[in-house]
Amino acid sequence: MSLDRSDVEKIAHLARLALDENQVEGYAAELSNILALVEQLEVADTDNIEPMAHPLHMAQRLREDQVTEPDRRDQNQAIAPLVENGLYLVPKVIE
Amino acid sequence: MQWETVIGLEIHTQLASKSKIFSGASIAYGAEPNSQACIVDLGFPGVLPVLNEAAVDMALMFGLAVDAQIGSRSVFARKNYFYPDLPKGYQISQFELPIVGRGSLTVDLEDGQQKEIGITRAHLEEDAGKSLHEDFHGMSGIDLNRAGTPLLEIVSEPDMRSIKEAVAYARKIHQLVVYLGICDGNMQEGSFRVDANLSMRPKGQQEFGTRTELKNINSFRFLERAMNFERERQIDLLESGKAVVQETRLYDADRDETRSMRSKEEANDYRYFPDPDLLPVEITEQRLAQAKERMPELPDQKKARFASDYQLSDVDATLLTQSRPQADYYEQVVATGADPKIAANWVTVELAGALNKAGLELSDSPVSAEHLGGLLKRIADSTISGKLAKQVFEAIWQGEGDADTVIEAKGLKQITDTGQIESIIDEIIAANPKQVEQFQAGKDKLLGFFVGQVMKQTQGKANPGQVNQILLKKLKG
Amino acid sequence: MHKKTIVELAAGLKAREFSSVELTGHFLERIERLDGNINAFITTTAEQALAEAAAADEKLKAGDAGPLTGIPIVQKDIFCTQGVKTSCGSRMLDNFISPYDATVVTKLKQAGVVTLGKANMDEFAMGSSNETSFYGNVHNPWDRERVPGGSSGGSAAAVAARMAAAATGTDTGGSIRQPAALCGITGLKPTYGRISRFGMIAFASSLDQAGPMTASAEDAALMLQAMAGFDPRDSTSADHPVPDYSATLGDSLAGLKIGLPKEYFEEGLDEGVRSSIEAALEVYKGFGAEVVEISLPNSAMAVPTYYVVAPAECSSNLSRFDGARFGYRCEDPKDLEDLYKRSRGEGFGAEVKRRIMIGTYALSAGYYDAYYLKAQKTRHLISDDFKQAFQQVDVIMGPATPAPAFKLGEKTDDPVTMYLNDIYTIAANLAGLPGLSMPVQPVNGLPVGLQLIGNYFAEAKLLNVAHKFQQETGWHRLIPEGLD
Repeated sequence: MSLDRSDVEKIAHLARLALDENQVEGYAAELSNILALVEQLEVADTDNIEPMAHPLHMAQRLREDQVTEPDRRDQNQAIAPLVENGLYLVPKVIE
Repeated sequence: MQWETVIGLEIHTQLASKSKIFSGASIAYGAEPNSQACIVDLGFPGVLPVLNEAAVDMALMFGLAVDAQIGSRSVFARKNYFYPDLPKGYQISQFELPIVGRGSLTVDLEDGQQKEIGITRAHLEEDAGKSLHEDFHGMSGIDLNRAGTPLLEIVSEPDMRSIKEAVAYARKIHQLVVYLGICDGNMQEGSFRVDANLSMRPKGQQEFGTRTELKNINSFRFLERAMNFERERQIDLLESGKAVVQETRLYDADRDETRSMRSKEEANDYRYFPDPDLLPVEITEQRLAQAKERMPELPDQKKARFASDYQLSDVDATLLTQSRPQADYYEQVVATGADPKIAANWVTVELAGALNKAGLELSDSPVSAEHLGGLLKRIADSTISGKLAKQVFEAIWQGEGDADTVIEAKGLKQITDTGQIESIIDEIIAANPKQVEQFQAGKDKLLGFFVGQVMKQTQGKANPGQVNQILLKKLKG
Repeated sequence: MHKKTIVELAAGLKAREFSSVELTGHFLERIERLDGNINAFITTTAEQALAEAAAADEKLKAGDAGPLTGIPIVQKDIFCTQGVKTSCGSRMLDNFISPYDATVVTKLKQAGVVTLGKANMDEFAMGSSNETSFYGNVHNPWDRERVPGGSSGGSAAAVAARMAAAATGTDTGGSIRQPAALCGITGLKPTYGRISRFGMIAFASSLDQAGPMTASAEDAALMLQAMAGFDPRDSTSADHPVPDYSATLGDSLAGLKIGLPKEYFEEGLDEGVRSSIEAALEVYKGFGAEVVEISLPNSAMAVPTYYVVAPAECSSNLSRFDGARFGYRCEDPKDLEDLYKRSRGEGFGAEVKRRIMIGTYALSAGYYDAYYLKAQKTRHLISDDFKQAFQQVDVIMGPATPAPAFKLGEKTDDPVTMYLNDIYTIAANLAGLPGLSMPVQPVNGLPVGLQLIGNYFAEAKLLNVAHKFQQETGWHRLIPEGLD
């Protein structure tokens, strides 16, 4: 799969990444090379093979339903780019 | 052309746990902004989710209640999209292997018919935060307290063919989750949110039409209105030869209309994949058995039992089992020894009416089940008449004590002494010879006049049965 | 003092030959003097380190010191450290002062270590040469024109240059073992889930694993002892008993069955590296070990599988960096989309962006089955290869890298060439197995790493196998010229 400019732009939009206009071609070439590497997988016979999402066969552990986290808003917001009245501020959300 | 409405509902219920689905932060409603958003909820670098067992157990209870398939393994997946109320840039949800599989729910329709609605699935996920749109110098404020609140998303099949059916189904799900104690059902606070997928098709056509998804509905009344508006809108489009666009539409209650949600117009590619931070959940036989044990009696079972055990009409049984607190209250009244039918009448008419008038919930009722039982006992043993009972109820409501205290204090005890009643009747007969004459001449209606006179004389305390009997005997000579 | 291993330093501290404050001062002085040419540290925390050292000295005096009490180490800058900048090698987190400690950090603090600072690394641990760091590349202490490897390049270089007694690292596709090999130190990537990932900034969640980077296997055993164990805050951490890793270090290797995967000795392997590995095998034969050839037939699938799985997970893991709650935020965003796109576009470097884009693509509608699902299946095949192998052998050995350290800038133009550097290390991450790299005979003055791969939770065995070799040979004692 070879990616062109518009493919890269589409992917970058989905991933919310601003790319410099003059770098798009370069990314297209590099990503195409990486995909060529990845496409070596095509030769593997994976019929009847279960997908493996985790290295260990363990089951999810469950947590007891208890409130254990105190209010640490001040500490957590000390490093926030922009807050007011305890709220994180971002450019207007339009629905 | 005849149009048929096709509706499927997606219902988000906030589960009534103490802490969040993947963190130990509180989910209590109404806290200061971001004071209940811990580093896990905020998606700080390096944090990891750990699943709350209460969310799993509550989902299982719902699954059992709708007779659903419950697999031995369930998997969490990430739904990826960017939005300010979604701190990690993905929502932990379920895609393949949801915790609750296919089930169904039988809904009672207005015409007395029943209809089975298919439930496609119900899956666990985390709620998002809230964007506040008040103007912060042209910006939005983000409160992430709600982020991570456990949700059970209940997805129905597109089985509903009218707006009434859809509302009845939504109400039934609401009743069920509240009964199960897994959701507080508060629609105003967003604990129970209904999204409707609605499409139209010419009657008799097999294929579904293009649907729209309606969001932002926070009451059953608005659900009905939103669907009505949307139904008309779609019919207008179709009849004028235009196409319905598949999209998400917000319901605006102030204008009573739905409108397109611009920001979600672009086709989403959520890139679901199994969350590598969470392992598959194993639903063991033991856990399922525990959930079964925890199941309360469900509304339909309770209704059937009320009808048979208490010999109630279908209407009364339905009314009384509408909510678990009401059914419990009723049973507490009956437990005091009250006649089940009379108790049913008092609970559904007198009490319900008084509560409604005062704008109170049953849990805040000034008249306890014991008090009401005490009152009904005094009616049954003829201490007071049915008429005076309302006065006693009123006094109990006002906090003047239990039935016996009120009866005593107000001297409302019924006169059942035959001799006393006879002498009062004798006086009245003597004082009204003209009426006696007319009665004896065949004017039967005058009996009411004499009863009224007796009641007036006794301030309503005379036993009406005895009064009738003695009057008749004396008048007919 | 800096030439000593942790074991030797602990003995010195206990015997009051020197105090932890003196030892810490000594390392701080070396960092001050040497790191300008190496760039192994993003942050040094001198004041805090000296305070920790003073506290350690109190404990030593009181006689309730453990084997790590007062030992100066460096934390890879991927571990969140409360009150200290945690950058992950990225502009994105250049202003991020973590409000909490990673579990690994807490555990090591409890063990009494002194933290000298935070080690340089490839941005978000994506790289094999430490050249993707926002803080500049790290120079290999053995040859400053060469790379230290990555992504834990700062950690490896700090230990190799003896600017810290030990370091923590993380390994997603070789990020502990490859830099350990290129810098001539011992690096252990434990079994997936052995060490908590809580507070370790995620790259690829199903592959990431923390581990120790030290001067010797014996030291690695002590570090692992402190780091390992179940953590209720990490759902993927293993609830599996932690053995005494030091207790079995000296066990006899007679009868040990060593498997050599033939696929790891095919073309592409540097001849010098091959002969160093072969020489090391002779040492093992001398211990009475048996060396047999095995096959891991799906080895060629490892790199392509990894470059689907890791980017897919990272594309999602890194979505939280959006300029809203922490980290880099672009100037004057004109709307929400602009905030996201420019904060991320400007905050992330090129390699991170490449991987996010590859992962986004591999998960997107229409490509999921062909890429992501396919890779999960080949991952299974690779894992099964090892299951087969461990039915025949106790430990697998081979090269950690195809060649010794390459020159700075040599592979930066071509991502794929760079990726192939991890050809021997990636499979262990995909399978979740423990792997260790330790120095064997150098080639042209450059370190060479022998890789050991063990069965699940066989860290004690790997440390034992490595320790015996180190006792016999002493390659691990070499220190770069000019740094002793």
